[in-house]
Amino acid sequence: MSVDPLVLAEGLTKRFGDFEAVAGIDIEVRKGEAFGFLGPNGAGKSSTMRMVACVSPRSGGELRVLGMDPTVEGPKIRARLGVVPQQDNLDNELTVRQNLQVYGRYFGLSRKHVRDKAAELLEFAQLADRADDEVEPLSGGMKRRLTIARSLVNDPELLLLDEPTTGLDPQARHLLWDRLFRLKQQGVTLIVTTHYMDEAEQLCDRLVVMDKGRIAAEGSPSQLIDRYSTKEVLELRFPPGEQDPEPVRDLGERVEVLPDRVLVYTTDGEAALAAAHTRGVTPVSSLVRRSTLEDVFLRLTGRTLVD
Amino acid sequence: MLRPWQARLLVVESMWTWYRRNWRATVFSSLLSPVFFLVAMGFGLGSQIQPGGLTHGYSYVVYLMPAMLAAAAIQNAAGESTFPILSGFKWSRVYWGMTATPITPAQVATGQLLWILGRLTFSLTVFAIIGTALGAAAGPGIVLSLVFAVLTGMAFAAPLVAFAATVEGEGDKFNPVFRFIVLPMTLLAGTFYPVSELPAVVRPLAWITPLWHGTELTRAAAFWNFELWPVLGHVAYLLALSAVGWFLTVRYFRRRLEV
Repeated sequence: MSVDPLVLAEGLTKRFGDFEAVAGIDIEVRKGEAFGFLGPNGAGKSSTMRMVACVSPRSGGELRVLGMDPTVEGPKIRARLGVVPQQDNLDNELTVRQNLQVYGRYFGLSRKHVRDKAAELLEFAQLADRADDEVEPLSGGMKRRLTIARSLVNDPELLLLDEPTTGLDPQARHLLWDRLFRLKQQGVTLIVTTHYMDEAEQLCDRLVVMDKGRIAAEGSPSQLIDRYSTKEVLELRFPPGEQDPEPVRDLGERVEVLPDRVLVYTTDGEAALAAAHTRGVTPVSSLVRRSTLEDVFLRLTGRTLVD
Repeated sequence: MLRPWQARLLVVESMWTWYRRNWRATVFSSLLSPVFFLVAMGFGLGSQIQPGGLTHGYSYVVYLMPAMLAAAAIQNAAGESTFPILSGFKWSRVYWGMTATPITPAQVATGQLLWILGRLTFSLTVFAIIGTALGAAAGPGIVLSLVFAVLTGMAFAAPLVAFAATVEGEGDKFNPVFRFIVLPMTLLAGTFYPVSELPAVVRPLAWITPLWHGTELTRAAAFWNFELWPVLGHVAYLLALSAVGWFLTVRYFRRRLEV
């Protein structure tokens, strides 16, 4: 059975003056999947998200969200979306509970409904014990969880999360990911932008790698790694400026040189390391690891995700 | 689906939720400040002023009261239409949250103005009640003065909200508004004495202010002393300022939020 995609974009473009933030991208997000945009800051992820969220008019191309055109039916589409913006816009001078209730009312939900819904979401966001506290003093992780809870107040069919865990400490990030997994299991379709490859690997069934407003590659995390990288990576760390790839260049399929290390892409990292030692290469330290999306990005763009 | 007016009223409702929790912080500027002025100028300084032709035969405090309503409307409008608007875009960013829902930027703009209308009506009503209790009201005409004062406030608030929607940065641009518009207007636009007492070169400055038109109306109502054409002219001027301000507010909210 074929299901209409929740989001369908063809040649989607966003221009700000002369600057082309999104330079004609094609995407298709299907019901129930977790779809990711992975790319560095400035890749055009947020601009894309704002167009999908029907708050930013597109400059060109086609876009359908929930089968409708945002230009024509923006409010109708937004009624069925949940949005977690990159920058929190909670009302800091209201309580946690009031933030949920006020937001629910924007969707035209009854007072009774938003009262019950707020109680349910407070549990979900693990904020029940802070329900009647003002938002201002909450930690960054708590505010983020509240923003996510708030985005669920209208039981959205599609949840848009723009950099959901940027700026959070590792523990707060894992707590947040756990909540997002639960939503996924409940069948909520997620679209996530991130510049963290671990977040993309954790959350996304399918993702596109974005760079300079374009899509560089598309697939599941494992597909992308298979296609654009090797099974293992040997990292050889050197004092900055002393890394020399020449002695190890033929030890793998490919070699990348970063400011402080040389990466050797190979199917057998340990064997490559042993061979490097035999050749008298003496790095400060070495590490054999599996390939990640970071390597995919490096391969596709020649740059790292987080500078 | 939200009906258009429901959407605008939901914006008002959210601001009311904020106000219910935070109204204490606004009491001084919106309420106590005009009461202090009325007491100090009206009763204090006014005790030295003989009732006469310029005060329509009333004591100075009764002469001052309707004009203070209009002046308080301007003061309130200035406070409500500057930093809170910039905050909605920039600091609290609540406008961005609202427009991610079925509510549109244009509806947020109108809802914001409706909220200011409600705030002005509430604050000025309380002020009118206090003034009446202090014996500063000439008669029931004060109720109509109140309506004209609210209109005066909106004639200033609407264009100012439109301007605030274009302000970036930390709001330094609001300082000239307070220094060079609000303060001189309060001192020169006929609140404390008739504009006819000003030097002829200054008078036109008073005439272009919404406060002068508002003061003419609130006094006419308080003393129940209407002249048809001037009254119509003043009302038309204030309505025009409000309408232009409303139009521009919607336009600039859309421009800023639909990017």
